[in-house]
Amino acid sequence: MKVGEVPQERGIMPENLHEVCYAVNEGGRYVLAESAGWEPKNVANAQAWEIIQTQVAEVLNQVHAGRQSPLAFHMAINQMNVGLLSEYVRMSRWRVRRHLKADVFKRLKLDILRRYAEVFRITVEQLQSVPSDLTQCFKEDRGSCR
Amino acid sequence: MQIDFKHRQSAHCESGVSSNLLFHYGLDISEAMAFGIGAGLFFGYLPFIRINQLPLTTFRCEVGGILKRLTRKLGVKIHLEKFRNPEKAMAALDRGLENGIPMGCRTGAYWLPYFPSAYRFHFNMHNLVVYGKEGDDYLISDPVFPEIQRCSRPDLMKARFAKGALAPRGTMYYLTHVPGDIDLRDPIRQGIQAVCHRMLKVPGPIIGVRGIRFLAGQVEKWPRKLGKRKAALYLGQLVRMQEELGTGGAGFRFMYAAFLQESAGILNKNRLLGLSDQMTQAGDLWRRFAVLGARNCKDRAAESDSFVSMADILRECARKESEIYQELLAAVQ
Repeated sequence: MKVGEVPQERGIMPENLHEVCYAVNEGGRYVLAESAGWEPKNVANAQAWEIIQTQVAEVLNQVHAGRQSPLAFHMAINQMNVGLLSEYVRMSRWRVRRHLKADVFKRLKLDILRRYAEVFRITVEQLQSVPSDLTQCFKEDRGSCR
Repeated sequence: MQIDFKHRQSAHCESGVSSNLLFHYGLDISEAMAFGIGAGLFFGYLPFIRINQLPLTTFRCEVGGILKRLTRKLGVKIHLEKFRNPEKAMAALDRGLENGIPMGCRTGAYWLPYFPSAYRFHFNMHNLVVYGKEGDDYLISDPVFPEIQRCSRPDLMKARFAKGALAPRGTMYYLTHVPGDIDLRDPIRQGIQAVCHRMLKVPGPIIGVRGIRFLAGQVEKWPRKLGKRKAALYLGQLVRMQEELGTGGAGFRFMYAAFLQESAGILNKNRLLGLSDQMTQAGDLWRRFAVLGARNCKDRAAESDSFVSMADILRECARKESEIYQELLAAVQ
């Protein structure tokens, strides 16, 4: 790749950032060149977020229908599964899995709720609620509904 | 409190941290040189390891490997520590900073507040240097960012103790002894030999040049085996592994070409210049693969962009790289 060919296709990277990559200058020497992004990367990244978004949307529907607890939503939007969440919250998997049930979650004590809220860096009130839809979640600050 | 530390942006976190730490102690080793001596180049297609339920492809060696080999080959002494207790890990970090030592840390990317939201995945192989503290904020030289970053104590603590695959467990390291006069010639030769050996001679179908060929065969089968949608997902993940995560472009191939070019001068071997050019061409081929891959992800592929032609590009990459490594081995013997 020549320096002149270093792509400047800004997509996923914010305005004030750039990354560096290796490219060959006119003298045939390798130099570090700034890049604002590249379309194939933007596409692949967007695809990864689409997968996450689809999963979160599915879970949100389940929560609204009362089949899963709000915890399931916060787990999904933080890109976690039961295994990862149980590591963070230091509880066994089956316990976390139980807390994903709407009626079990409703009866949880405050200190358990706090432990979850701490992991997600939200308040207990936020943990107990879910947004009505996902429009706010994947806009500016992707993957956070705070 | 702040150490006089020079932040230089680099393409890849581990080799960038290595290079910046050495530079702090008066050893000017470029990122590409650190990557080369640390034998960072690799290929592995590991379908049994899943990330987001998609197979893992890696273009670099194991985490921590570059730093380990680089310091060992250069005779640099490094102290590396893991922790159970996050509070103790932060206290140890503070002590090091008070003594004026820049501290390398391995972290997860997800909890670092300065990471752009589009990059916030649970990815536990990130490296950065903490070089100061202002109030409750740590000053961070994160090699993949152009400017110095700040991070609060709770956030840094959380990032250092990110969970999941390859959890960093508070891993922290600093250099304790850097020799004054270093001859780079042997470390370069050994670094090159290690990479060639890995790419050509590791048994089994999934590592090195054979791994690239194996991947080519798999890519060809994906549309039939997985269906259109899933094949596109597999492809997208592959493109991300190759390009996105601080690779310097083309799955580290360009960075390695830069290393070969720099080494040609040090070893006084013009043959390496030609091999650097060839590695650049291999990198360009990988980039071509990514372009086709992205088109297929977006379902904008033309007839000529089919999975079969992508597999052909990969086979071409394998053929080219195989030649390069064989010649490299002969060149440094």
